[in-house]
Amino acid sequence: MRPEQQGVEVAVLVSVGRHPITGRARRADQDARGLELALGLERQLPGSRVNLLHAGPRGEESESALRGYLGMAAGAGMGLDTLSMLEQAEGSDVIPALAEHLAAAPPQLVITGARAERGEGSGLLPYALAERLGWPLVNGLAAVEGIENGVATLLQALPRGQRRRLKVRLPAVVTVDAAAPEARQSAFGPARRAELEVTAVAAEPDRELAEWQLTPARKRPKRLKIVKAASARDRFKAAAAKMEGGSGQVLEGVSAEQGAEAILKLLETEGVLR
Amino acid sequence: MSEIRRRDPRREWIARNRLHPEHLSVLAEQDGGVAASEWLGPNGVVRKNLRAIGFIGPNGVKRIDRSGAQQGGQVAGASRLAAQDSRRNVTIEAPAFLVAVVPDMPGGRLSGHDKDLLGLARRLADADPDRPGAVLAVIFGQHKGEGGGELKTQVFGEAGIDRLLHLDDDAYAGFAPEARLAALAAVERELAPRHWLLPDSPLGGADLGRRLSLSLGERPAAGVWQIEADGDAPLGWRCTARGAAESLDIQRPLPRVVLALAECAEPVDETRHAAEPLALSIEPPATLSRIEDLGQVAVDPAGVALAEAEFIISAGNGVKDWEGFHHAAKVLGATKGASRVAVDDGFMARDRQVGATGTWVTARVYLAVGISGAIQHLQGIQRCDKVVAINLDPGCDMIKRADLAVIGDSAQILAALVAMVEQQRGGQRDAA
Repeated sequence: MRPEQQGVEVAVLVSVGRHPITGRARRADQDARGLELALGLERQLPGSRVNLLHAGPRGEESESALRGYLGMAAGAGMGLDTLSMLEQAEGSDVIPALAEHLAAAPPQLVITGARAERGEGSGLLPYALAERLGWPLVNGLAAVEGIENGVATLLQALPRGQRRRLKVRLPAVVTVDAAAPEARQSAFGPARRAELEVTAVAAEPDRELAEWQLTPARKRPKRLKIVKAASARDRFKAAAAKMEGGSGQVLEGVSAEQGAEAILKLLETEGVLR
Repeated sequence: MSEIRRRDPRREWIARNRLHPEHLSVLAEQDGGVAASEWLGPNGVVRKNLRAIGFIGPNGVKRIDRSGAQQGGQVAGASRLAAQDSRRNVTIEAPAFLVAVVPDMPGGRLSGHDKDLLGLARRLADADPDRPGAVLAVIFGQHKGEGGGELKTQVFGEAGIDRLLHLDDDAYAGFAPEARLAALAAVERELAPRHWLLPDSPLGGADLGRRLSLSLGERPAAGVWQIEADGDAPLGWRCTARGAAESLDIQRPLPRVVLALAECAEPVDETRHAAEPLALSIEPPATLSRIEDLGQVAVDPAGVALAEAEFIISAGNGVKDWEGFHHAAKVLGATKGASRVAVDDGFMARDRQVGATGTWVTARVYLAVGISGAIQHLQGIQRCDKVVAINLDPGCDMIKRADLAVIGDSAQILAALVAMVEQQRGGQRDAA
């Protein structure tokens, strides 16, 4: 097999993030993790190429945030000194523009963050892209283990630190969240020198979003512990009660083997033994 | 005999009033043979048997309850039973519409998030009492109730489910979004529910919900945490959803597909629904999946963060055989935790401490070895599902919290447990 064929074409969709405390524009955390994953592919598959893609309005703030991604690739040498930017007016739908751009020159793997840090942030974009392009989608990626003959072996992150191995036929859309490897630092100089390749595209305004009311997030009310009691006596008991022995089973005066057997039975019914 | 207990307030009043002339006869009737504590002697003198008064409390101390709840010598045992049976039975024969819910069911049980979501579904279904809707739950794969048979469906009924569609097939096991989506599409074609509710959780609901909404051609509301009635909206409801990394509240009309956060509504606790099993007349078509699930990967339990570990074995002051403890953790594949004392004494690292000053854990199974259960430690394990305690002291607080407690020497019990697990695994390897 020729080594040139091993490399894959990867597109990383990046967005403008929002710092959770100051609210300033920054590189989005999940998207930066996605780019980190893509840069890690080069070590596995020499000859891979990464393209950065962004759709949205152009401004000074968003431009400096987007340059943060380009600063990550300093010295990676994967043709990563430009970022394709599809310029659109504020408040327009990015999905048709991205889908059109990806369909015109289809990469083998599209990596995105799970949710945007600005706007609606519903996490629907990767699903909508996969639906439009007709590609399979895998969410919550932790690592790419290998790509062979157009089939990628992926490690999906599950809650509670668990992992699942999946095989997916390329081309595919994958999303990363907080389980993916942390993004490297961004180098300032290369980020300043890098270029943004701006293309203006026709934009469809997102009318539904314009009709909604957006307000800064209110603190959610804490759920109260509701005591349902018929009489004042029961209510007092509930308020003043110390923790009582519940329905727990207590094995006293049994041999170590019997005790261990009971524990083993519980562990097996809960399915925590692997 | 009828199960319904009829109250006679006048008789109850007489039973409370020890000075009433009919007090004794009423008591004698109520007790049905239990020795009365007070009676009129042959010479017209009131005699009292003080030992027959009161009852033995939970700590072995005799208590006398004069509130009237206790009549004669015994506590009315029916009060607890009555509290359990206070749920109203609700059956909806001809629902005006359906509200479909697809719960996550982690570990085969309804999670707290699922129950909140079913509470939300009930709010949508019961909004108009004249034309109530039914809540349809679509469940994939095996489920475990708290009991078997009838009790199993009772768990679903008490969560507020009217119709239960249970799809148990190997095709839905593991990560199979395409097969599940095909099944939900079949439900949509056949039953056409008015609302689709899914949990916005990383356990699978968030993924499936977004796929479903796109295949239905709807724009979903993600991160919904509040709904309110609104006549102007197309479906009659407005919702408030979190957006932009939890920094925005989006107010919008409620769409057909809703992905709701935990605590979006109160879980059902006053009614018991029928949970009638339902089946699709047309089997969902078999799909050719482009994603192949190769199964879960063994992860190093020590590398899992303590706060999100699923199975924790935790050591306290009672552990003397530390070699044995570490070996047991390795064999069981559990993440190691420790109480404050074990950490202070230098047996475990500080980042392993469970409790108020350490990590608040959320394990499904928490195995506490030689931990007496200081209140700070019990706070740290509040959110654990099942707690197993191994301890020498039968009176300690950890035993009261535990679902299963074994009184005995921890080193021996752990050694026996390790031996059993190793034997089982050895047997499996031989068989394979």
